[in-house]
Amino acid sequence: MGLLNLAIESIFIQNILLSLFLGMCSYLAQSKKMESAKGLGMAVIMVLTIATPLNWLIKHFLLDKGALAWTHIDAVANLDLSFLTFICFIAVIASLVQIVEMVVDRFFPVLYNSLGIFLPLITVNCSILGASLFMVERKYTLVESVVYGTSSGVGWALAIMSLAAIRKKVRYSNVPAGLRGLGLAFIITGLMAIGFLCFSGITLGG
Amino acid sequence: MKFILTMHDKVRPLFHKGGKLERLAPLFEAADDFAFTSPTTAQGGAHVRDAVDIKRVMVTVIYALLPCFFFSLWNTGHQYNLVNAVAKVGFVADVMRGAMIVMPIVIVSYAVGGFWEVLFSCVRKHEINEGLLVSGFLFPLILPPTIPLWMVAVGITFGIVIGKEIFGGTGMNVVNPALLSRAFLFFAYAKSMTGNVWIAGPGGATVDAITAATPLGLVSALPEGMTLTDAILQGHISFGRMFLGNMPGSIAETSTLACLIGAAILLITGVASWRIMLASVLGLVSAGLLANWFGDSPMAKLPVQYHLVAGGFAFGMVFMATDPVSAAATPLGKWIYGFLIGVLVIIVRVLNSGFPEGVMLSILFMNLMAPLIDSFVVDAHIKRRAKRA
Repeated sequence: MGLLNLAIESIFIQNILLSLFLGMCSYLAQSKKMESAKGLGMAVIMVLTIATPLNWLIKHFLLDKGALAWTHIDAVANLDLSFLTFICFIAVIASLVQIVEMVVDRFFPVLYNSLGIFLPLITVNCSILGASLFMVERKYTLVESVVYGTSSGVGWALAIMSLAAIRKKVRYSNVPAGLRGLGLAFIITGLMAIGFLCFSGITLGG
Repeated sequence: MKFILTMHDKVRPLFHKGGKLERLAPLFEAADDFAFTSPTTAQGGAHVRDAVDIKRVMVTVIYALLPCFFFSLWNTGHQYNLVNAVAKVGFVADVMRGAMIVMPIVIVSYAVGGFWEVLFSCVRKHEINEGLLVSGFLFPLILPPTIPLWMVAVGITFGIVIGKEIFGGTGMNVVNPALLSRAFLFFAYAKSMTGNVWIAGPGGATVDAITAATPLGLVSALPEGMTLTDAILQGHISFGRMFLGNMPGSIAETSTLACLIGAAILLITGVASWRIMLASVLGLVSAGLLANWFGDSPMAKLPVQYHLVAGGFAFGMVFMATDPVSAAATPLGKWIYGFLIGVLVIIVRVLNSGFPEGVMLSILFMNLMAPLIDSFVVDAHIKRRAKRA
């Protein structure tokens, strides 16, 4: 039950995009077409699901103070490498994204072409690093970090896909010239954040 | 009528291209359309064999709103006179008092909303649509009667400009402008939208919490060990009274009966979707039963039939959720959309301790999700057809 609550919380209540506003750049840029929104959403879910627990392992078995005790080498047993947290997390995410990129290129070439530059840019998608850092801050266990990573990704994908659907709907609207495109997307994002506020304040037991 | 027509014909050239008042052409056209039928008719073959246009749809909604509106005039005044212990109380006195409270709010909403509509129409050269008649009327009806008039002006400005005009005007909006206006006020000026705001007049804020609160608002003041149903009954608000709507609440939301009359008008004329209404009731009932089963908070134990008549559920489902522009467009999408609204209402009411009422936010959220639902439904349909071929 606790895990289900965590999932619901990170999809709806603390949506990583609409209540924490992480990962905005690719969200705004890749929401013009439903197909690419779906693809990027899937890619983010995948990267988050792998990166968050992987970073958890690295944090707990390499970086924390005393984390290296499993080596039984006295010289490193008490080392505190947590100052390397950021760079390690970034490195993990960057290499993961490279792998995802190769997989997508090999198996889904159409998607690869439509995502263009934004697939490698998942590396610097703040929601990925953000999820890893929240995972540290909130002291999740390994299982929790898997659930948290996946459901943050699902929340992000839900947000980008609904924005893509709304943008499809307003494509033929008579929008003032100055607001066409990004301007309107920002406003829609604001409206979506208001919509997601209906979950704010929900406290789930457990 | 003849007089108005000749007068219109006389000034008409002023507004045509090259005329002196060309910039105000939309204003003239709106006045012309409002008084008579549209002078421009389709050339060539008839494509739609029906007289239904935006004007007729919107006017039908206005007619459907009238029972709620007239009831609200009486109820608002009645609550005022009751609480403030006015000596001369009677039906006429109640209605007069209610009109004094409600009419300024409606007038401000129309005036300010109309101002923005006219401004945008003139600058952007599109027509003034009758959509404003509905948004500008719906918005005051879902406000608490104590709302300061300047807030009405700010709210309708946000709703009309951000919710509708910058998307291109009537028929292009993503969310319901009236709901967005209310949500904006709800988050920006929470104090004027929740708590002891449901009865107008100096006495409204001082009466006993149980008798002055709305049934859903009771939860916060609930004595230990008492179920919500008991508290509602102790406040002398029976199921029947909640159904009739003779209780404090947003101006026109209280009466389920009046909403049902409106629903009948909308359904017979085919303006609103019966799928959305039915699905939302199904969603509310099934989620409510689940909450009864599993929940143990006072709100979760509230019997389902109370959920149906409490708060703005009836009003929201009849007039807000069915807004054809912001709702889902596909038949299956409408079922999903309505059902999820019902479920969300229960989720917010039962689980969200921050907000006692969730109808507004649930509909707003589903407005935003409707395009996504439609997109899934259409994709699935295309896939199915492709497989059959």
